[in-house]
Amino acid sequence: MSGGHSSYTPNTGIEKWIDARLPLPRLMYDSFVAYPVPRNLNYAYAFGGILAIMLVSQILTGVVLAMHYAVDTGLAFNSVEKIMRDVNSGWLLRYLHANGASMFFLAVYVHIFRGLYYGSYKAPRELLWILGVIILLLMMATAFMGYVLPWGQMSFWGATVITGFFTAFPIIGDPIQQLLLGGFAVDNPTLNRFFSLHYLLPFMIAGVVILHVWALHVTGQTNPTGIEVKSKTDTVAFTPYATVKDAFALCLFFILFAYFVFYLPNFMGHPDNYIQADSLKTPAHIVPEWYFLPFYAMLRAITFNIGPINSKLGGVLTMFGSIAVLFIVPWLDTSKVRSAVYRPWYKLFFWLFVANAIMLGWLGSRPAEGLYVIFSQLGTAYYFGFFIVLMPLLGLIETPRRLPNSITEAVLAKNKSGGQPVGVAAAPETKG
Amino acid sequence: MSAHDTTEPTRRDFLYIATGMAGVVGAGAFAWPFIDQMRPDASTLAVSSIEVDVSAVQPGMSLTVKWRGKPIFIRNRTDKEVEEAKAVELSQLKDPVARNANLPTDAQATDADRTASKDKENWLVMVGVCTHLGCIPLGQQGDFGGWFCPCHGSHYDTAGRIRKGPAPENLPIPPLSFISDTVIKIG
Repeated sequence: MSGGHSSYTPNTGIEKWIDARLPLPRLMYDSFVAYPVPRNLNYAYAFGGILAIMLVSQILTGVVLAMHYAVDTGLAFNSVEKIMRDVNSGWLLRYLHANGASMFFLAVYVHIFRGLYYGSYKAPRELLWILGVIILLLMMATAFMGYVLPWGQMSFWGATVITGFFTAFPIIGDPIQQLLLGGFAVDNPTLNRFFSLHYLLPFMIAGVVILHVWALHVTGQTNPTGIEVKSKTDTVAFTPYATVKDAFALCLFFILFAYFVFYLPNFMGHPDNYIQADSLKTPAHIVPEWYFLPFYAMLRAITFNIGPINSKLGGVLTMFGSIAVLFIVPWLDTSKVRSAVYRPWYKLFFWLFVANAIMLGWLGSRPAEGLYVIFSQLGTAYYFGFFIVLMPLLGLIETPRRLPNSITEAVLAKNKSGGQPVGVAAAPETKG
Repeated sequence: MSAHDTTEPTRRDFLYIATGMAGVVGAGAFAWPFIDQMRPDASTLAVSSIEVDVSAVQPGMSLTVKWRGKPIFIRNRTDKEVEEAKAVELSQLKDPVARNANLPTDAQATDADRTASKDKENWLVMVGVCTHLGCIPLGQQGDFGGWFCPCHGSHYDTAGRIRKGPAPENLPIPPLSFISDTVIKIG
């Protein structure tokens, strides 16, 4: 799939001159023009491209915001308000950056669910998947530290609670927390280092993204059938087919993005963050950003001691474990069939998993009391059960549906049953 | 790497390992300042001790001061609050340890071991940070008339001991001493 030989032919003299010295145009051509992609990719496969654009967008808006932001507990809050009121187009850049983070996470969650549904993590794409999980971790760290920078009440108390997780570990907990904070509580040293790291991490993400795309281009993309590409008729060229399809999906995605930026710019935020941080006053209800809520719900679900592990440490381990378990997903799934399309039971449990994740997100936004706690516990059990019990078990007991012999056969069969002539097989509206 | 027929370690093998080890130690020594700089700096540590004049704090009044970036609750407790705290049996406590930095770590959470000093049992000085996830509890509220954390519903009694809710420990007592009748040194 990775091609092996290049179809790039430099035509002009300058192209030949560059190609003999640094064949970057050749690499670009082979990776993003001639690169063969499965002909049956649907719109779920557009989110990789969308994520790349979102990363660029976040870096771009972030770099210009940093030109106006002041990293000091006495100045930070007011400098953000100055961006909103005084800096030319500052309101737009800040709303793009703040809502961009939400859009980034929305896209990455769809991207991950796509991978889980179509079995994209299975051999030979384990490293591709692991690199993706590393990107997710880096994104979470970046988003958390970025949220502290406006130095509002939710910034301060979110940072206090999240760095407080580390105090759950016996003996090493407190020194680790002091190392992270640069003091005994969230204060100026904390803000300074968070700004530094918030600026650094996106570039580290970009680095891992390059590895992620590299690994993708070695193994080739999966597709909704989960069958590997077997012949030339199974693929189309990246440009124009995937490029245009991704671009169209990006337009739709940006309409949603723009709707939030221009009509609901503070919908995803908290009013408390427009109050300057006060280290002596806790907001009535500390809630993380929506994209952390399912993990927050799992943290709070552990209200009981497990043997020598007290409830606080148990919650923290559960929360870290919910991400850590993703690393071993390629080895937990025992099924030889990739795609959920041909796995009736896995498909059912997958959609339950999605519903469960959304329910956990909602529970994370509720106070930790009464029925909410019980449902959080059930949701946490299903989250881990899906990975640790269902994934290994289903592969052994499930009878998959018959697989088509090739991508081409699957596409043609689908179109025949849809009553359409074979000639329109490549029409995008039939590819869903 | 070695092209020798013999399996015996050679002088060259030793040199490779010694050089490698020196490199590792050097890299570690070089990395240390980059980690070390993240620890609390001298100015942060310099304010790790404060003196507070409490002469204006009458019984039933509280004062909140900042120490190491955290709020310190100083309360001149009423007689009723002291009596209530004394009446609690140790078996009723979720956390039976005093958590008092001025006493041995295994001291029991009796009211006497929670107060600022033996002859000043009405004075209670605590770090006002909920031991659950770091919120600031509200004073003279909750089921036990002590402190109540609004974040996740932890109730502390009039000696700052956890009685109900998710917090695992009593509110900690910082290192402190009365340097005169009306001045407390914290830290």
